[in-house]
Amino acid sequence: MKPPPLAYAAPERIDEALGLLGGEEARPLAGGQSLVPLLNMRFARPSLLVDLRRVAGLDAIEWANGHVRIGAMVRQRVLETDERIRERVPLLTEAVGYVAHLAIRTRGTVGGSLAHADPAAELPAAAAALGARFLVRGTAGTRTVEAPAFFLGPFTTAIGPGELLEAVEVPVPPPGTGFAFVETARVHGAFALAGVAALLGLGRDGRIAHARVALCGVGGAPYVPPLDVAGEAPGEALFRQAARRACEELEEHDGYRRQLAEVLTRRALALAVERAA
Amino acid sequence: MTRIALTVNGRAVSADVEPRLLLADYLREHLELRGTHVGCEHGICGACTILVDGEPARSCLMLAVQADGRELLTVEGLSSGEELHPVQQAFRDRHGLQCGFCTPGFLLTTLYLAERGGELGSDAELRAALAGNLCRCTGYQNIVAAVRDAVARLAVGKG
Repeated sequence: MKPPPLAYAAPERIDEALGLLGGEEARPLAGGQSLVPLLNMRFARPSLLVDLRRVAGLDAIEWANGHVRIGAMVRQRVLETDERIRERVPLLTEAVGYVAHLAIRTRGTVGGSLAHADPAAELPAAAAALGARFLVRGTAGTRTVEAPAFFLGPFTTAIGPGELLEAVEVPVPPPGTGFAFVETARVHGAFALAGVAALLGLGRDGRIAHARVALCGVGGAPYVPPLDVAGEAPGEALFRQAARRACEELEEHDGYRRQLAEVLTRRALALAVERAA
Repeated sequence: MTRIALTVNGRAVSADVEPRLLLADYLREHLELRGTHVGCEHGICGACTILVDGEPARSCLMLAVQADGRELLTVEGLSSGEELHPVQQAFRDRHGLQCGFCTPGFLLTTLYLAERGGELGSDAELRAALAGNLCRCTGYQNIVAAVRDAVARLAVGKG
């Protein structure tokens, strides 16, 4: 349970980091809360670790017109305790609270979790539900990748060799948008068997104006099922039916997990509508 | 080898370390601070929890090089001489330990919760905050009581 021999660099500029990552078997190190266990168990054997802790400008939370830009090196605990995030994008606050334990969230980063793309991880599902955009930096500049094109499969994203996730841009939902993150794990802080992030807005007439859910734990990447509820009056029967249809495609999963996903989807929608104004 | 300089229990230290050296092993083997216990070595058990810049962190999930420039507190930094820290005294008085293996991690998590944790109103909240530390002896009842006691002691101290 010790990391294999490796070389180490802690550059101060992002272009330096990108240059180093262009080499063979180099891996970026953010908070290390997923990578270090993989090193300890020698599932990962990079020859070079490029520690991002000294790179300036990666750990800011910045508000702009209609979105919040969260730097890749923002610690999960910082996100969790940020009052403005809690006020304006509470889905993120609720989701990050499910990430592992306190002593992990103090070190783990938002970008690390998104780039690691564990199929059971909460933040990728929340990002998918929110329609986040990913700013991927390479030597040629920064490109923007939309959520559906970012998560490609288990532990696989659109970040190419020699690139880094620089930040994630999350659209701020309109005031009054209902939200929920619910999950079931075997013990507190363990990886979710399944989890659901939901956003739901009501129109003036009290009918559903828009709704989106994203599931973790039930596929290689966050699963955003079609949700045919816009224009309908919210209610138990509608959500039951919507959740069943949303999880129909999950046939490859064992019965328990599919059923769990369906129940959690229904609960997430019900909780989101309760919180919608 | 990579040069690191940091503060451990108020003392400035520096060393040349292999990049792959875990912080827990640096503390135990290089600084001979063996109060930080190593249980699972992959972030599950919480025995190796220390405070990094005042926040709990797993020393088995950090490389020593990542601690460069940081201020660490380990269990050895709690008591002053023979006098136990209020958190240690609370664990002793409430029988919050049996074999003691997990205790250093609990003590440092408790110190953070008492000083900065905030919302620990219900037992459920307190237990959720402690969920990252496993104890295989006590059944947690006395640990929860000890943490409540420690929070109260430190609140009085602050007042």
